[in-house]
Amino acid sequence: MNIDDLRPGRLVARLGFPFTAAPTPPGVEPPVEPNRLGDRYDTDWARRPLARATRQAVIRTVGRVGTAALARPSVAGLDRLDGLDSNVIFVANHHSHVDTPVLLTHIPRPWRDELVVAAAADHFYDTRPKAALISWAYGAIPMERKKVSRRSADTAAGLLDDGWSLLIFPEGGRSPDGWGQPHKGGAAYLAVRVGVPVVPVHLDGTGLILPKGSNTPRPGKVRVNFGAPLRPSDGEDARRFAIRLEAAVSELADESSGDWFSARLRAHAGDTPGLHGPDDSWIRDWRSPDRRPQITDSDRRWSSGRTR
Amino acid sequence: MLFHHGEQLRLERLPAERSRIIYPPEPLAGLDDPDQAIRDALENPIDSEPLSALLFADMRLTIAFDDISLPLPQMRRPDIRQRVIEAVLDLAAEAGVTDVHLIAALALHRRMTEEELRHAVGDRVYDSFAPRGQLYNHDAEDPDGMTLIGTTRHGEEVQISTRVATSDLIVYVNINLVSMDGGWKSTATGLSGYQALRHHHNVHTMRQSRSFMDRESSELHRSNWRQGEVLRDAGIKVFQIETTVNNDLYGDGPLKVLAKREWEWTTRDRATFMAAKAGLDRLSPAQRRRILHGWRAPYAMTSVQAGEVEAVHEVTTRHVYDQQLVPVEGQTDILALGLPYICPYNVNSIMNPILVMCLGLGYFFNLYKGRPLVREGGVLIMSHPTTPEFHPVHHPSYIDFFEEVLAETTDPLVMEAQFEERFATDEWYRHLYRTSHAYHGVHPFYMWYWGSHALEHLGGVVVVGGDPATVRRLGFRPASTMSDALEIASDVVGRQPTITYFKNPPLSMVDVT
Repeated sequence: MNIDDLRPGRLVARLGFPFTAAPTPPGVEPPVEPNRLGDRYDTDWARRPLARATRQAVIRTVGRVGTAALARPSVAGLDRLDGLDSNVIFVANHHSHVDTPVLLTHIPRPWRDELVVAAAADHFYDTRPKAALISWAYGAIPMERKKVSRRSADTAAGLLDDGWSLLIFPEGGRSPDGWGQPHKGGAAYLAVRVGVPVVPVHLDGTGLILPKGSNTPRPGKVRVNFGAPLRPSDGEDARRFAIRLEAAVSELADESSGDWFSARLRAHAGDTPGLHGPDDSWIRDWRSPDRRPQITDSDRRWSSGRTR
Repeated sequence: MLFHHGEQLRLERLPAERSRIIYPPEPLAGLDDPDQAIRDALENPIDSEPLSALLFADMRLTIAFDDISLPLPQMRRPDIRQRVIEAVLDLAAEAGVTDVHLIAALALHRRMTEEELRHAVGDRVYDSFAPRGQLYNHDAEDPDGMTLIGTTRHGEEVQISTRVATSDLIVYVNINLVSMDGGWKSTATGLSGYQALRHHHNVHTMRQSRSFMDRESSELHRSNWRQGEVLRDAGIKVFQIETTVNNDLYGDGPLKVLAKREWEWTTRDRATFMAAKAGLDRLSPAQRRRILHGWRAPYAMTSVQAGEVEAVHEVTTRHVYDQQLVPVEGQTDILALGLPYICPYNVNSIMNPILVMCLGLGYFFNLYKGRPLVREGGVLIMSHPTTPEFHPVHHPSYIDFFEEVLAETTDPLVMEAQFEERFATDEWYRHLYRTSHAYHGVHPFYMWYWGSHALEHLGGVVVVGGDPATVRRLGFRPASTMSDALEIASDVVGRQPTITYFKNPPLSMVDVT
């Protein structure tokens, strides 16, 4: 017997059906296992009582302590939610994987108790263990961000109709360079479609704790600023509402960087600094892991001669 | 019956056949969308142009707001003042107004602390203006900061903050907890000083105000209105924003039992009451104060109106009456009161004996329209521990008033003639008022004058459960129980007097016919 024949895979294969799949008869198209990942991943189980109870317990203990130690969050603007008695969509800028735990631990009740988080289907739902973990830990639902998907939108709209609140990062992903990215229209589309108010949120400081491209968190200080709820006005389409949401997050950022009244003066004068930063800046390139040239030893003047 | 007894609670029995109880009305519903209501009021004011039309880029804008004495107890965040001030500032920002000052209109009250200011105006407003020195407490003793505007036709001097006098527009943000508040009293008193206040904060005016909670019958208000006319004639432009709240002190939490009628108490309510009473009885006074002053009432805003001062105040007063006014037939021989732990002048502080007198004989006695609830020559019975405790930082002149003035006399006219000016012009009290958190030197006199109408009207005052020596110093009679108090009162009103228990708080006001 060859030593390779003793490998577990080979041994199971030797046992044959039903321990292995039955062979497909010649001339028959082999059945394709339906893809249950990405935006097809079913997260219903993560909103059942046991999963919710354990998630809330973890958020209240490990989540609170962890974010307090790592991010020392200070929260402002919660008074703006006074009198808000419906479920809402929270939209926030996105700099870091720390954003979600910070918000999950600091979004006030009752919204925190029935909250789902839109998570990138291509990033978090590409393997079953990762999908299960993110669905349970964050109460996440997959949100397709790289292609048009009716399924993602229908799932989120259904949950909003059922009274759940939604946390979504409309930039579609973490900032690669510390500046904000243009907002996608998903949050505004859902708000117009379902008719729930949107609460803009600005997070400041998470990008220094765990920026995109880094695996080692560095403790820092985070400021979370909740804005006043916004509703689409009569006849306002999703595209225009998305622009207004992005402006609201920018105004919160301006408020966080200075004081509220100065920010209001700039907002009314149309001078609120945007979140996007300059279009062409060496700093942008310097910081961006996506844009940073992949220099190898062969590119260096003191190259040892090795190639990529 | 449940009686408030300072920081504690007591149950008392009253003779069933001769007693009646006046309960506060149920809380009215609050406005559905207070922020929208505020914006609507600013854009559709009464007898005035919209606020947005009064704002322009190069103007001097001053926003004045009620101080820590309102509301009682403090309300949950966001405070109404914050909501209104943010709405006003947003319009100011839209107009490009940068020269904005915010002033806590505290007259001769103590300066508010940073925490108290933050609570009133909110962190956003505080952080925008306080670090630049554009948000501060009114200083009525600033020699460079006060301006004499003129005198009324009655010879009353009118004095106001110089910043206000030199502003293009004053926006006053008020919380009208009781009908005494608001109108010209907001600016003519709140932003003024001793030179002007002495013309209406005196014994004569208070005795002619029957009551000072009823503007039509209040000499205090007539004097303030005359001073307001002088301000208006001097070109000082006031845009008044007044708000009213319901009387929901306790919300739907366990403390709601305190607002219920005793026969409505469920088993749970009774258990809650017994636990609260036992707990409070076992705590030290300092611990009780910490807990009680930490309570934030879930008041809901029932109205907001803006525009010309007098026209606005007419509407505001109607809203206050809608919530608080209770029609009552006939006067009574004995008026019984349970005094709570708080009055306008001891927020986050100690209710000293002079404030006990002021709350009972000043505020609660005067919560009437028409006639006083108790007949002339009748007896007032108040339940309060009345211990000789004073807050040394907040009430330094009260200590000397208690030791020096009350040792000599309890007659407000004698006090006014012999002692007032010395206290009012004392340099040390002036220094503490300006730089610490002390009430002005003259303030204890005003508290005593506040009760001068009641002192003149009543045949006697009995304090149940009060410290005997302190109660006697106030000129009242101590009693250890309600039965003893009724027995003592019988010397004045006979053996079979009628008794009315006026249950406050939550606040209400009687219309006695």
